[in-house]
Amino acid sequence: MNRLNKISAVLSLSVVLFATGCDKDDEIKDNFDTSGTYTQVDQMARPAINTVFVNSARKNEFNTTVPSQMNAAFNAQFQAVLTNFGYTSNALGLDKPTFASVLVTDVLNVKMNGTTTFFDGTNVLTGRALADDVIDTELLLIFGGPMGSSNPGLTKDNVNGNDKPFLNSFPFLAAPF
Amino acid sequence: MKKKILLGSLLGITLLGGIIFAADHIDAPAVTGAGSTSLNTDITDIYAFQSPADNSKMVFAINTQGLLSPAATATASFPSNVMYELNIDNTGDNVEDLVIQFLVQNGKVRVYGPVAPGSTGLTSTVKTNGPVTEADVTSYGSAPVIGTNSNGIRIFAGPRDDPFFFDLVRFKEVIAGTQPGFRNPGMDTFAGTNVMSLVAEVPKSLLGSATTINVWAETKMK
Repeated sequence: MNRLNKISAVLSLSVVLFATGCDKDDEIKDNFDTSGTYTQVDQMARPAINTVFVNSARKNEFNTTVPSQMNAAFNAQFQAVLTNFGYTSNALGLDKPTFASVLVTDVLNVKMNGTTTFFDGTNVLTGRALADDVIDTELLLIFGGPMGSSNPGLTKDNVNGNDKPFLNSFPFLAAPF
Repeated sequence: MKKKILLGSLLGITLLGGIIFAADHIDAPAVTGAGSTSLNTDITDIYAFQSPADNSKMVFAINTQGLLSPAATATASFPSNVMYELNIDNTGDNVEDLVIQFLVQNGKVRVYGPVAPGSTGLTSTVKTNGPVTEADVTSYGSAPVIGTNSNGIRIFAGPRDDPFFFDLVRFKEVIAGTQPGFRNPGMDTFAGTNVMSLVAEVPKSLLGSATTINVWAETKMK
């Protein structure tokens, strides 16, 4: 083989090897890495539960407690917080132990048929829609007393809606600022 | 008199609880502050609602990385070592029967599920044996990129206006005892701020046959 042919052969071989290498890299980039074990750091279901009811010393613990264990671990703490708030009953007629039990297992209840909302005056805890005023709902249920009329300065924050309209089409959440 | 006692009690709770952020924004030392793993693992809110576009489908949204300014949003991203996992209990025992797992790598989001978890609880592996849906992550300022698959699932990952609204500033003043109650009108502390959102619209037929389900979201790291 003369020199030119040798160079061509080497170049051709290099191109082939290089091309193969490129394909391999592309394949790896297209494949998601689904290996390994992921370990829990944070969890969340209902708004404000962890932040209001769990003291700072136990917040990390709450974030790494599975929901089925939350009642055993935190029911007493939730009742103590309700006691400090002066809680007796609320518009749903729940006494302190019952309300604590509802709150402590931090999961979002969702109804599979019909209106899905945190609270719309009629439906209670059937989901959480974007426009739901969850803060007013929780303030009312914690501070409003059995008739909902106690502590009027504390049961509404008077911020009644989002700063942007939601979308009528998926993904429904509004574009960022 | 009653009001003073109540406010005193609120103050007491705050001193115990530290700074209170509503919803779940920056809720615990492990997800923010000294010794924190990463702000990118903080869940601010989750939503679950029947799709306004199709009442045979349910929409789930997991919002993360709260209080992003517009400038911070332009450079925000989802970490690639975090699984965002929606857990669904459809037997009423508060143990997950199905999961929907969001992973983001190399500018793409992949959603695995709904699918039965391998094992339940504080650790997860990626379940690749159920529906898989993919999309490019939507970049700041772009129209939403929507991923679909033949199961009728639609997905989105990217920055969104934070849908949460609350006069948190005034709430903290009430707790501190410097204000007697909320102001009217209130001022939304979260106005003008963004979050990084993961959204999935899922046919109800993929969620089992229970009339109610319990859902919660977790962030897990590897």
